[in-house]
Amino acid sequence: MTLDQTAFFILSALALVSGILVITRRNVVHSVIWLIVTLFSVAGIFLLLQAEFLFAVQIILYVGGIMVLFLFAVMLVNVEASLKEARFNRQWGLALGTSLLLLAELAYGVYKGRHGFRLVQASLAAGGPTSNTRIIGSALYGNYMLPVEIASVLLLVAMVGAVIMTKRRLF
Amino acid sequence: MIPTDWFLLLGTGLFTIGVIGVLSRRNVLVILMSIELILNAVNINLVAFSHYLRSIDGQIFAIFVITDAAAEAAIGLGLIIALFRNKETVNADEINLLKW
Amino acid sequence: MSFLNSIWLVPLLPAAGATFQLLFGRKVKNRVVSAISVGLPGLSFLWAVGCFLELLNRPEHTFTKVLYTWLPAGAFHLSNGSLGNLTVSAGFLLDPLSGVMLLVVTGVGFIIHVYSTGYMKGEGGYYRFFGYMNLFMFSMLVLVLAENYLMMFVGWEGVGLCSYLLIGFYFKRKSASDAGKKAFVVNRIGDAGFLMGLMLITVTFGTLNFQQVTAMARSGQFPVGAGVITAICILLFVGAAGKSAQLPLYVWLPDAMEGPTPVSALIHAATMVTAGVYMVARSNALYVLSPFAMHLVAAIGVTTAFFAATIALVQNDIKRVLAYSTISQLGYMFVACGVGAFDAGIFHLMTHAFFKALLFLAAGSVIHSMGGEQDMRRMGGLRKKIPTTYWTFLIAALAISGIPPLSGFVSKDEILWQSYAGSEGHYLLWIVGWITAGLTALYMFRQIFMTFWGESHVSPEVEHHIHESPRSMLGPLVTLAGLSAVGGFIGWPYLLGGSYRFGVFLEPVFQNHLAIPAAQHAFTEFDLMALSIAIAASGIYLAYRIYVQYPQFAGRVAALAGAGYEILLNKYFVDELYDALFVNRTKDLGNTLAAFDAGVVDGGVNGVGWLTRLTADISRLWDIWVIDGLVNVMAFTVKLLSFPARIIQTGFVQNYAWLITFGVLVFFAYYLLHF
Repeated sequence: MTLDQTAFFILSALALVSGILVITRRNVVHSVIWLIVTLFSVAGIFLLLQAEFLFAVQIILYVGGIMVLFLFAVMLVNVEASLKEARFNRQWGLALGTSLLLLAELAYGVYKGRHGFRLVQASLAAGGPTSNTRIIGSALYGNYMLPVEIASVLLLVAMVGAVIMTKRRLF
Repeated sequence: MIPTDWFLLLGTGLFTIGVIGVLSRRNVLVILMSIELILNAVNINLVAFSHYLRSIDGQIFAIFVITDAAAEAAIGLGLIIALFRNKETVNADEINLLKW
Repeated sequence: MSFLNSIWLVPLLPAAGATFQLLFGRKVKNRVVSAISVGLPGLSFLWAVGCFLELLNRPEHTFTKVLYTWLPAGAFHLSNGSLGNLTVSAGFLLDPLSGVMLLVVTGVGFIIHVYSTGYMKGEGGYYRFFGYMNLFMFSMLVLVLAENYLMMFVGWEGVGLCSYLLIGFYFKRKSASDAGKKAFVVNRIGDAGFLMGLMLITVTFGTLNFQQVTAMARSGQFPVGAGVITAICILLFVGAAGKSAQLPLYVWLPDAMEGPTPVSALIHAATMVTAGVYMVARSNALYVLSPFAMHLVAAIGVTTAFFAATIALVQNDIKRVLAYSTISQLGYMFVACGVGAFDAGIFHLMTHAFFKALLFLAAGSVIHSMGGEQDMRRMGGLRKKIPTTYWTFLIAALAISGIPPLSGFVSKDEILWQSYAGSEGHYLLWIVGWITAGLTALYMFRQIFMTFWGESHVSPEVEHHIHESPRSMLGPLVTLAGLSAVGGFIGWPYLLGGSYRFGVFLEPVFQNHLAIPAAQHAFTEFDLMALSIAIAASGIYLAYRIYVQYPQFAGRVAALAGAGYEILLNKYFVDELYDALFVNRTKDLGNTLAAFDAGVVDGGVNGVGWLTRLTADISRLWDIWVIDGLVNVMAFTVKLLSFPARIIQTGFVQNYAWLITFGVLVFFAYYLLHF
């Protein structure tokens, strides 16, 4: 087994296990921590796939931004009370069954189409000083200008919305 | 080399875990986190295909997904705060005013 | 001035009296009522006498006067198909027959009116009584003077009406009003037969005028055979049987004694009941053509005579005896008509009017002096106390028993002789008639001896009361006694040296032979005359022995006879038989029809109502179950179908999320299977 395959197995195992741990912890803060671990693993997977920019963005944005946000929210919400309550709702059996079925189907689908992935390239064909970041940058400000702008508007709206929703009623 | 379908399977597994979490946890925050898991599984899928097809579009899409996830997390958490202020609970099954 | 030309005054005067009394009688004094009600019939009698005297001067002793055409009925088809023209006039016919009847009706009627002023004095409804009596006189005179069958029928009905009114005069008494109804109903049955006879006469002869019918009958100018004539005669006799109380329609006459005694005298002795005999005599031309009808008339007459006489023998009410006696004597008159001796029948009618009216009036006098007592068992020994009444009663009894030379003997003997020797006579008719004559004498003198002779069985409180009647009552009694005594002389038979003027006078009307060759018969008239006197005398003697000398004998015979006596006393139970056969059956029919009406007809109406309610109920149920049901079903269906949609809305977000997942699962499965 090569090094990247080993890395892949370790990282994917970590991701899956921590993912499971996310959804099964009683303490919400523990779930947050395990989610951070999962995100780190996913970032590692990105790196394996030679998406260095995304690896960085994942850590900075997702872990550093979103998870911190989550933590703040968790702190604002009553933590001790949730420790005594039930973790799962009434439909957990049904949900588990359905989801496993879904997993089976999806896995089967992937399995059936695995012969389609014949092209296995070493890396990006075009060498040179084109780094992943540069390619992404030129694509973002080139082809995908509009989605960028829209995304920025979206973020603005989200920000405003979040502020308004959490305001205490002053009027 | 790692066959692409392994990445896809990883994505599938992570997706499934996320789905289980959404459907069966009572705590709304955990539900949100499960949604993040789902989104991450999707990102893995996208990047895997980007790598396989040697196209940058997948990664661009993944960036947008992350952006979206951020916005959504902000709004969602804001909602949860507001909800918690009204209902004193963050359990999904106690919020059923729209029951028939 | 001609009496005959104003002959219409004769019926008009009593009619005017009736009108006055019935309209104003209540408001005037009784004296005025008496004056009018006696004066007018009296005037009428005088006028009648005048008319009769004028009649004797006329050729053929016939007079007709037509006042106006009553029914110009027009053309119609006779029974043989030829065209006839019926015209009925209101007019009068005065010939010997109607002349005799006229004098009897007005004369005896006047006498009885005089009597009534004394008898009815102090009774309530005085004016009403005389009003009805005058009305009766009017109707009877119309009957007698009519020139055609239809006018006679008008008078016929009129006397029937007056009979009903007068029988039920004391209408507050149920027995009286019942008797009135009975008389009218039984009369009606007879009238039905009479009307049918009239109809047959109309289609056979095309006319109802007496003279025309008689002429056509005698000349043979009629288009039908003897059978139709027989039918006509029998139908006319049915009417006569009803009016003149023959079997089987006699049942009303005994009950008619409920009326005041003058009524019994006038109507049920002298005049109304003789209308039947008059009618048969008037139709003699028709009867002569039908021997069968004549035999039937004679047979019924003699049977009735005997039958009634047996009942009279045991009756205890003084008026009942006389009622059955009337029925019996009317039977004799019909025997006379039935054997062709119409003149003898009319003669007996006249003499019977005298002595029967006298008997009733005298009985009324007895009742009056006894203060209302009518049962002979509570009388006795009265002859010394009310002598005038006694002597007049005795004369009448002798007359009816047929003791010469009184009037009854002459007429009854003529009938008996003709029944044996007449052209349609038969010795059986004579035998029964002879026995009946004996019975007549027996019961009449039984009545005399029980009432006037022997020991007094009078109750003490009545005893003081007994007084002779007033002059207004005695006068008529004496007058009628005189007539009963000498009335027979105008018909004195040839055998005893007379000239039979009565029969000769009536011959133009009857046109029958009077002389009978004596050699054809085993017995001569003299023999039979002697036999009838003998049986009458023996009847009187037997009555004397039983009722005067050995009073207990009658009681012991009655006890020995047992059932036979009971049957006679109860009038052979004929009334009970009629009740069971006819009266109750008619009531049953009425009840059935009433039940039919209530059940079927009203039931039909109720059924329609029920049907309407049923329909309304069905509509209601339809509306509730079907119409509303449809609406409810629709609502229920919506509710049912919305159930799944409803239960999905748990309000539980994760349920919705699961549903999404499940949907994805299904679609993806489909995709996998088909791709």
